[in-house]
Amino acid sequence: MNLDKESRQIFQDSAREWLVDNASITHFRAQRDKQSCVSGHESWQEMAALGWPGIMVPEDLGGSGLGITELGLIIEQAGHHLCASPLLSTGLIAVSALTLCQQTDYSQAKLRAIALGELKVALALEENHHHNPQAVSAVAKQHADGWLLSGEKIHVAEAGSADALLISARTEDSNRLGLFLVSAENIEIKPLQLIDSRDHANIAFDNISVPADALLELGDESCALLDKVLDRACIGLAAEMLGTATAAFEMTLEYLKIREQFGQIIGSYQALQHRAAKMYIEIELARSVVEKALQAVDEDSPEVAVLASQAKALMGDTLQHITNETIQLHGGIGMTDEHDAGLFIKRARVTEYLYGSSAYHRDRFATLRGF
Amino acid sequence: MTTELNSFRVEVRAWLERNCPASMRTPMPDEETPWGGRNAKFVNPDTKLWLDRMIDKGWTVPMWPQEYGGAGLGIEQAQVLEQELERINARIPLMSFGVWMLGPVLLELGTEEQKRRFLPDIAKGKIRWCQGYSEPGAGSDLAGLRTKAEIKEDHFVVNGSKIWTSEADQSDWIFCLVRTDFDAPKHQGISFLLFDLESDGVERQPIKLISGTSLFCQTFFDDVKVPAENLVGEVNAGWSIAKRLLQYERQSVGKFLNKSFDIQLHDLALQYADSETGKIDPDLRSRIALQTMQNEALGLLIERMERDVDGSGLGAPTSVMKVAMADINHKRGELAIEAMGAAGLAWEGDDFTQEEITEVKGWLRGKANSIEGGTSEINLNIIAKRILGLPDPR
Repeated sequence: MNLDKESRQIFQDSAREWLVDNASITHFRAQRDKQSCVSGHESWQEMAALGWPGIMVPEDLGGSGLGITELGLIIEQAGHHLCASPLLSTGLIAVSALTLCQQTDYSQAKLRAIALGELKVALALEENHHHNPQAVSAVAKQHADGWLLSGEKIHVAEAGSADALLISARTEDSNRLGLFLVSAENIEIKPLQLIDSRDHANIAFDNISVPADALLELGDESCALLDKVLDRACIGLAAEMLGTATAAFEMTLEYLKIREQFGQIIGSYQALQHRAAKMYIEIELARSVVEKALQAVDEDSPEVAVLASQAKALMGDTLQHITNETIQLHGGIGMTDEHDAGLFIKRARVTEYLYGSSAYHRDRFATLRGF
Repeated sequence: MTTELNSFRVEVRAWLERNCPASMRTPMPDEETPWGGRNAKFVNPDTKLWLDRMIDKGWTVPMWPQEYGGAGLGIEQAQVLEQELERINARIPLMSFGVWMLGPVLLELGTEEQKRRFLPDIAKGKIRWCQGYSEPGAGSDLAGLRTKAEIKEDHFVVNGSKIWTSEADQSDWIFCLVRTDFDAPKHQGISFLLFDLESDGVERQPIKLISGTSLFCQTFFDDVKVPAENLVGEVNAGWSIAKRLLQYERQSVGKFLNKSFDIQLHDLALQYADSETGKIDPDLRSRIALQTMQNEALGLLIERMERDVDGSGLGAPTSVMKVAMADINHKRGELAIEAMGAAGLAWEGDDFTQEEITEVKGWLRGKANSIEGGTSEINLNIIAKRILGLPDPR
């Protein structure tokens, strides 16, 4: 189900208000200054009270039964305010995996727990420097009436605060790539300090025992489940990046309107006006694709895979351009830690990397289109 | 509403199935372009049949009121019609500056008499219009134009010259910006006139371009007599009409070019791919993927603008569309000739296919996309000032 245009606006406005009051950039900066990483888990119960983790969870399991379009509006706002939280990894990625897969008591219990704000999930798939969901050495051995999982994963976003991990592993007998939803309890979490000061970790697991239902399956082809989950992850992340790009651009535009040099407002110089106008065009083009991609998921369109790559690739290029210009157009002040320009560019590069760079998605787009 | 739209879609689809001739669902060779007008030539008789059938439905101008030759469709219905035409790769039934630029302006700002006199002939493709805007001394600084119209009792007398009048030698009438007051500030002395190019004193000289073709003319006026009732709006108040028309022009150019290529860039690249591997060079392939994504993003942006801005999609956002279109189209041209390798340098002769020559000339023709209808620089100025609110220098 989707909201109509007017209700969407109200929905997004109220999210913005909450973020401004409770999780603004100032808030993020303050946390960054006093702790090694910012996960935003402290606000998770409040977000749960607002119903955010369960936006995409079906109503009979305690959620709102809304679409990715609605959750996308919130995630875009979170990106706008650089708000750290497990919302993308839990409310979008894990909920997508758990609703797309064959329903079991296990999967439904997890969805209920997510909607209540009692379960935070992180997606663990990478084992190499570059995104490659197929290159997986983690293995799952059949064991009594469940599985034994062993392996290592790197750069797992939101792992430090996660209660469970969604892990890709190959089944030992059939070499199938499966997605397992596993409690974080017996997993070794080794925190990573990345440029964005967010919650990332490498993880390791050695013969941990998980129940049979922990393997989420889509009919009999769970490889396709991973693809579908990743498409949604890319689209959700692109919504966050859109918010971040918009915010960095707005901040830059405001600066162009107040900074004076040579007795002139610098935004009156044509050279800078044209650069600002080009940034605006680029954001508008990318926004059109992100909105279309969100809509395509809700309509279960066959174009979801193509649009996911298109959204991630265009948004990645756009965000890189905008954050670079944000520093350059601010001049020296943009190089200082006290200014937000640095927070934007550092988060931007992490999102550009996550779930495949622009180059990765251009390649995937071309392959999907048959060239 | 949705069910109404769906039944409209079903209806449109069935009608198109019966009425769109098979040859009108194939890529359009240049010589079959349906420009209409007094001297319209129909190399392929299906072009005429298709045009006549679309005229009967009012679908050459689907959103215009029925009394002026349209079908009175709302934006959502018009988008459905467009999608269904696209679905079967139907050719555009009528290419027309009248439909894209003059018509919408007359609908908005013309007198009732002018609407009845000019709009139905535009809808039916009877009169082919060209645009008299730029002058040798007035390009980006359009309001600096000097073509003079003296006001006599019941007519104007026009003297001067226009340049880049698109296909004026093939056109019947011109919508023309003239100066009616040389003493007023430059934006306040301009009037908007319509006249027949067969009038005494009009001379049209085609200009040969870098692509080897002559799409534009320089047009000279020597004591051309124009009846007073052919003035649109008030005397000396033509600048706002001129700007409004430019918005329609930018919208149509952005929209039209976004869809105007019959061959996908990647198909072209595959045709000329490495003969041993059959593969496109990986670097080129990535850039083609990027251009394809951007082009499709532009299509989505246009749809979004039409939906969001009260259906008309006009105003400063048309500048966004125009700049993006020019840039994306430039990239297409460059990638096309690069993908074709040696064949991408074809000019004339039997050593090359018509398609090869067309692509190369299209690349050259495309260089004008960032110049015509307001240069990209002028449009960036408009975006910076009107949308972003950046100030003028003190």
